[in-house]
Amino acid sequence: MTNDTGNKRVVVAMSGGVDSSVAAALLREQGYEVIGMMMRLWSEPGCESDNRCCTPESMALARRMAAKLGIPFYAIDAQQPFHDTVVTYFMDGYAQGDTPNPCLVCNRHIRWEFLLQRALAAGADYMATGHYARLGQDRAGRFQLLRAVDRAKDQSYVLHVLGQEQLAHALFPLGEFTKPRVREMARRFNLPVAERPDSQDLCFLGEGDYRTFLRRNAPQLENPGPILTRTGEQLGQHQGLAYYTIGQRKGLGIAAPDPLYVLAKDLHRNALIVGPKEQLGQSELLAAGVNWVAGAAPTEVQRLQVKIRYKAVEAWAVVTPLPGSRAHVRFDEPLRDIAPGQAAVFYDGEVCLGGGIILKGDQ
Amino acid sequence: MNPTDHKTYLDYAATTPVDSRVLAAMLPYFIEVFGNPSSVHTFGQQAEAAMEEARERVAAVLNCQSSEVVFTSCGSESDNLALRGAALAARQRRGANHILISPVEHHAVSRTAAQLAQVYGFELETLPVDGTGQVQPAEVERRLRPDTAVVSVMYANNEIGTLNPVAEIGRVCRAHGVPFHTDAVQAASYLPVDVQALNVDLLAIGAHKFYGPKGVGALYVRSGTPLLPAQTGGGQEGGRRAGTSNIPYIVGLAEAFELAQAEAGERSRRIQPLRDRITGQVLEEIPAARLTGHPTERLPNHASFVFEGADGNALLMLLDMAGFACSSGSACKTGDPAPSDVLLALGLAPEWALGSLRVTLGHSTTPQDVERFLQVLPGLVEKARK
Repeated sequence: MTNDTGNKRVVVAMSGGVDSSVAAALLREQGYEVIGMMMRLWSEPGCESDNRCCTPESMALARRMAAKLGIPFYAIDAQQPFHDTVVTYFMDGYAQGDTPNPCLVCNRHIRWEFLLQRALAAGADYMATGHYARLGQDRAGRFQLLRAVDRAKDQSYVLHVLGQEQLAHALFPLGEFTKPRVREMARRFNLPVAERPDSQDLCFLGEGDYRTFLRRNAPQLENPGPILTRTGEQLGQHQGLAYYTIGQRKGLGIAAPDPLYVLAKDLHRNALIVGPKEQLGQSELLAAGVNWVAGAAPTEVQRLQVKIRYKAVEAWAVVTPLPGSRAHVRFDEPLRDIAPGQAAVFYDGEVCLGGGIILKGDQ
Repeated sequence: MNPTDHKTYLDYAATTPVDSRVLAAMLPYFIEVFGNPSSVHTFGQQAEAAMEEARERVAAVLNCQSSEVVFTSCGSESDNLALRGAALAARQRRGANHILISPVEHHAVSRTAAQLAQVYGFELETLPVDGTGQVQPAEVERRLRPDTAVVSVMYANNEIGTLNPVAEIGRVCRAHGVPFHTDAVQAASYLPVDVQALNVDLLAIGAHKFYGPKGVGALYVRSGTPLLPAQTGGGQEGGRRAGTSNIPYIVGLAEAFELAQAEAGERSRRIQPLRDRITGQVLEEIPAARLTGHPTERLPNHASFVFEGADGNALLMLLDMAGFACSSGSACKTGDPAPSDVLLALGLAPEWALGSLRVTLGHSTTPQDVERFLQVLPGLVEKARK
């Protein structure tokens, strides 16, 4: 829908932070009809102001940014859907012995489904976010998801869950810029968020980290059990499998001559399997629920770069698409911290091809 | 360019623009006549004269004595002063400890009453209402006790427009010697506010609802009604409400109040048919739609609906983007909507209560505005249902 001046309408998902604010400012400068929206996500009752990002204060800040930019701003209630998809997914993941990444579910179902639907219903042609990523098109005209110019900030990893339908309506104004340049632009646009530090960690965690969140909201996961070596020798007790992550060295509470690392979680025996550095490392993994951004899985086996978590360094691997939306990944070098529940995301140079959730060894 | 330039305002119950005649009346009191009315010198005397002149004009409209008019900062402050002031004074004087209010009062009344119960130990009782939100005088009479400190029932409801039989309720309270307060903040724009005819002891108004400025209100306090002041200090307003008087705004309130009451009949005659057109069309064209509030005993400019399964917040946003400014009982700027107490008190289920829409017309609403609004509304309600 174009408005009277022939401009396309875009909804910017705002958070009150520097990235989404600058994204909105840029789009406005480029002549789009910009509308700001911010979702009210779920937070633990009583902990609304402890949230990492969606506090009443951030909403007031986002609203203020919108007012400075002269764009309308609307708050969208997403508490129930967010809780039912993202938070539940997070807790279920730990209960199953995985290390879940709820941001992926949020992007897939909340940002780019729930919010996108509302943006389109409001007559928008596009939805924009402050994500560091770029769009491209291949020779067949299909939309491509590309890495951001600022490699350190590249967020294509969390966007690997998007498909052609979402990308057709997506805009990522920040993909061409480095973070320092974005902060500079914020100052140029006179946006007072310029000096705010970037938000880290999961947004809905209140006081403390994911462990304290789980203790409060999924107390049944505080389920002590044995810490075992691969050969079954018991070395100590763990507090609950959920509180440990693959590759972890500290916090095991075991006195040993050589450092010990978490190798795996055995749900069946409620045991944490540990071992020395040499035993760490897997060369392959199986991913399920694979999303291919182009809309269909490639027909051949490919040599690609794979990230096994958001902050991981890409590792070269051979990726074999399998039926049932699965993929097999064999790495050139073994990796120490492949954690089931995280996403394995595939890159071909600049292009993010897609990815899937890493399965446990026995699945 | 002003972002509201091509938009149609249909939210007069929320607030109104200042009438240009009112603004003109206020202007001399910012720079030329600026004195503090409490001062001894001529500057003060002049300012005081203006304020007392305004007070007399308000008293004339209310049909009461000047000394019975207290100027405040807004309707909410007037309600606060009435409830808290009357309750605490009644307890002091005669040990009264019981408060009676309707369940559909504005928060300025209900939250003040709640505080009186939770913090000050009063026993708060809520009157029953029927499906239109109306209070029956017999229900009030049934619940009045020797230790009732104050009764509060609003004249006209802001969310659902319903009018209450204030004069009859007042008569009942008077017979039992219990002070009766009515929140007339919405009513004052269109309905007669003769405090003798209404049998009230306390009546609250706020200027910004009747084309006066925001930031000023008034409370009628019948002579002989004990009231414990909330804001103490310099003895202004007969010792009932301290603070240097806001002369230009008080003058504005008086001017706006006079104009509103004088022009109410003509305004109602013009607006009510437009409101009725909206109500008729909505109920005919939009499926699963209900009018909330009393069908006939309601404010003449007020239409309020609930649409089953609709997201009231989303509907307001869609309407705003389409150029129509309305409001909703369940809306929330911060994205945390809850069904309003008023709608729940009417017995509405949440799937209905969350889909509420309030449309209130005003002095510049034209028949063309109404037709354009009716053209887009059905489609947007459908979108808000998904």
